[in-house]
Amino acid sequence: MLVLVVAHLVCAAVLPLLPSRTGQAVWLIAAVPPLATFLWAVVWARRVLDGEVLHEGVAWASTLGLRLDFRLDPLALLLTLVVSGIGVLVLAYGAAYGGEDQGRQAGLLTGFAGLMFGLVTADNLFVLYVFWELTTVASFLLIAGRRPSTERRRAAEQSLLTTVAGGLAMLLGLVMLGQAAGTYRISALVADPPGGGVVPAALVLILIGAFTKSAQYPFHSWLPAAMVAPTPVSAYLHAAAMVKAGVYLVARLAPGFADAPVWRPLVLGVGLASMTIGAWHALRENDLKRILAFATVSELGMLIALFGAGTRTAVLGGAVMLLAHALFKSCLFMVTGLIDRTTGTRDLRRLSGLGRRMPVVCGVAVLAAASMAGLPPFIGYVGEDAAFDGYLNDHLPGGAWALLWFTVASGLTVALAARFVWGAFARKPGVPDAGPTPTPYGMLWPAAVPAALGVLLGVWPSLTGRLTEPWADMFHDTAAGHASYHLGIWHGIGFTLLLALLTFAMGAVLHAWRAQVIATQRRLPRPPDGQLVYRRTVRGTVALAVRVTRVTQVGSLPAYLAVVMATVVLLSAGALLVGASPVGSVPLWQSIAEVPPALVVLACALAVALTRQRLAAVLLTGAVGYGVAVLFVVRGAPDLALTQFLVETLTLVVTALMLRRLPARFTPERQPLGARWTRGVIAVAAGAVVTALALVATHARAPSSRRPDYTGRVHETGAENAVNAIIVDFRALDTIGEISVLMITTVGVLSLVRVWGGAAAVPAVREPAAVTSPAARWDAPRERWLPGAGELPGTERSVLLEVVTRALFSSIVVLSLFLLFSGHYGPGGGFAGGLVAGQAFVLRYLVGGHADLGLAAPTNPNRVLGGGLVIAAVVALVPVAFGHAPLSAAVWHLTLPVLGEVHASTSVFFDIGVYLLVVGVILKLLGAASAVASTPERAPAGEGATP
Amino acid sequence: MTMALVVGGLFATGVYLMLQRSLMRTLLGLILLGHGTNLLLLVSGGAPGDPPVVPEGASGDGDRFADPLPQAMALTAIVITFGITTFLLALAYRSWRLAGHDEVRDDIEDRRIGTVGERADAEPAALPPDDPAPDVPAPEDPAPDGGPR
Repeated sequence: MLVLVVAHLVCAAVLPLLPSRTGQAVWLIAAVPPLATFLWAVVWARRVLDGEVLHEGVAWASTLGLRLDFRLDPLALLLTLVVSGIGVLVLAYGAAYGGEDQGRQAGLLTGFAGLMFGLVTADNLFVLYVFWELTTVASFLLIAGRRPSTERRRAAEQSLLTTVAGGLAMLLGLVMLGQAAGTYRISALVADPPGGGVVPAALVLILIGAFTKSAQYPFHSWLPAAMVAPTPVSAYLHAAAMVKAGVYLVARLAPGFADAPVWRPLVLGVGLASMTIGAWHALRENDLKRILAFATVSELGMLIALFGAGTRTAVLGGAVMLLAHALFKSCLFMVTGLIDRTTGTRDLRRLSGLGRRMPVVCGVAVLAAASMAGLPPFIGYVGEDAAFDGYLNDHLPGGAWALLWFTVASGLTVALAARFVWGAFARKPGVPDAGPTPTPYGMLWPAAVPAALGVLLGVWPSLTGRLTEPWADMFHDTAAGHASYHLGIWHGIGFTLLLALLTFAMGAVLHAWRAQVIATQRRLPRPPDGQLVYRRTVRGTVALAVRVTRVTQVGSLPAYLAVVMATVVLLSAGALLVGASPVGSVPLWQSIAEVPPALVVLACALAVALTRQRLAAVLLTGAVGYGVAVLFVVRGAPDLALTQFLVETLTLVVTALMLRRLPARFTPERQPLGARWTRGVIAVAAGAVVTALALVATHARAPSSRRPDYTGRVHETGAENAVNAIIVDFRALDTIGEISVLMITTVGVLSLVRVWGGAAAVPAVREPAAVTSPAARWDAPRERWLPGAGELPGTERSVLLEVVTRALFSSIVVLSLFLLFSGHYGPGGGFAGGLVAGQAFVLRYLVGGHADLGLAAPTNPNRVLGGGLVIAAVVALVPVAFGHAPLSAAVWHLTLPVLGEVHASTSVFFDIGVYLLVVGVILKLLGAASAVASTPERAPAGEGATP
Repeated sequence: MTMALVVGGLFATGVYLMLQRSLMRTLLGLILLGHGTNLLLLVSGGAPGDPPVVPEGASGDGDRFADPLPQAMALTAIVITFGITTFLLALAYRSWRLAGHDEVRDDIEDRRIGTVGERADAEPAALPPDDPAPDVPAPEDPAPDGGPR
């Protein structure tokens, strides 16, 4: 079954790609998969109808309980035959009907047939749901067409919104049902239905989904609107296939849930109401397709009311009517399309005398319409008789009412069938007769086949019974007092015959008095118009969205941030109040050494918040950072302190370089006093909450708390410094992520700064001009302290700094390497080492300018940056080649001649990668800084304002 | 207690600065907030101890050492904060280049969305029309068929 579904979808994917000149051939190719499905179903039919159940399943993600289960039982078989059989006919019809975008149309229709087939054979609620929604999407595409007019787009939107909304409700219901039952297998669910609890609510939700899909009141309005689609689409989706999905779901669940408290009132009520109102509404329509659409609403209501009743005879009637409906309705749609194509109109006020011009077409339509009206000996009569008998003898609660409604609605159906035939083919006074037109037999024969089948199945009720009774036999036969009902044309003179005659009489009267009927309909208060409800809902939703946007999206960043912060404060304060254990007594300080740096940090932070000077604020922030670093030392975290010192220095330098271009003072505040107060309150509250949080967290951390024993196991990594071991070994994956983030932000910085002028914004490094003058005096410098510094204007140079820099540069680089390799044993590591090396380059840049930086690091910073990441990634992946987990490290113990015993770990290479990346980042940032420095002072306002 | 107060103070000033319009101040606020977070990580890691460097041969067990995990996390956080700092700096610079100041102005587009109902330039086809449904024949239509009355 899975193979067939996939074949449909592959065919659907390929067809639109075929060149358009293949013309009608695409329809024939498209018909192959449904035809194969039909033949496959016919081959299996005997065994399945004899009680064998074909099952097929593919475990997709079995640990999650996700299985693609398919199951062919009598109900699925019946629907498969309908879906694939009608599919073949509609595709053949489409070949003659033509239209634009044939490849797309044919592909979508084939794909749709596959989806429908998957839907009716799915044995898992989620698989069913997926197919369900995919049919919705296919329907949307088919209604809209490729270049939709406004009307078609609206109709497509309406069908999508309505059925998806119902589908979502259904999904919720399916999940509730599956959870209550403990299984998502439909067969298991129906065999052992859960009860009580959430099940009634779940059933209501699922039924809403079924009602929207099958266009039941009050969700019906999308179906008449969808009639703007081409006729093959209407014939297939909106008569035979997609709208049957809701009916199918009701039929599928009925054996398990028909006796649930909410089921019958809802199903019978909605179904019979739709049946009546739909047929009544159809009597005043003038467009042939819209007549058929309302008739479809009506008949789907009938099917739901029959299947949902959940008793044997009623379900049998439903199954026969399902078959009948698929046959006659697709035929009538195809005839309508034919009339539309040959005469150019579907308005029955403009059609006249067509019956004489196209007698064969008229005959086919009469056969189908007679089946719809339930005249003997057509299949419609067979089904209707079973339905009457079901409501009469099955002892349904409220069966008498249902029978009454059903009879009335059947009478209306007879009238509407008459209206269709009369409207399409009869001669009307005052309307010019249709001219002579050739009958397009290519469009006629696909319509004639179902009409003929309707006759065949009617006069051969045992065949019909063979197809439908196995499913009906699943239901408890409550028809006490007489033998099980069997299909047949003649059951003797009885009550059901009387009812049938009554409906015929009613239909005849209504048709004869049609003008009065329409006039009465105008006078009566109209039932709530679904179209209007839909429009109001959509408009209301949009208006609500606008209102919500207006309230929440004020467009001010501080306002958003204030809301975020206030939420954080309130949530954590609430959690602290509710959940935190009392802190008890807290020592004022752990060691007295904490106090001086703490005071410095607090004072500086306060000053940052209050100062108006830009540079002062930056410097004070730096002071805060150094103070924090001292605190790190006091708390026994030398690695942190080292990194903090280095980063703080670097931040200061980079900020200062950027600041050269920004104004010295912050832009004066223009905010109202209230906003400032709010800000202050939020800030103080945040501080208070975090203080409390820190106290609680410290207190909660008892010495005996379970924690990963990193210090105890540090020697396994060949290291002694536990922090470094965590970074390069225990949690090296985090570090890879971190250095990637670092690289990405650097790229972001560069692209932000360089946006005016691309790569050229960073001045190229030039070789400094050599000193060539031989006539120089003896004390003229033969060599420069910093070769690149000659590029700078003389006023910016300082000999003293150049000398010191030249002397220090190599030493700093050596120190950085020492830190890199000693990181395993003491404070240091790749980050610290890289930052130190970076400082060396910063020094060269500050003193010697960009040119000198280029000489000090004569490589492309991009290579250093990327190379670092590559090394780290390779080191991470190499163990995979040796069959170890990624990121695992090996330790060697070597004895070298001079150095003695040496431990080496592969994680050193990882650290080297980190080192290189950090150096690369700093080089790139210096490049950005020089780009900032080399841009002229701010451009004139007019030019600068354009991005 | 001292450390908790420092953490709280850093958070308070950081939040205060972040809630301002100047990108530069937002940036400084973020840095302060970063410091506060790093300290908070460290403080919540338990009581201070010796640096977690275990010489070879010594046992790493017991509570003599400070917990290395918060330290490693804080180390990561420091470096990441540096990255964000440079990025925000570049943003501030760019804002200054483009607009002559580094303030975050209100997003006008956000406000425009709020007034879509009143504006005339909203796409008319985006909403279904409010006129009566086309499926209902208007009452003044002539009789739809020539049948008997």
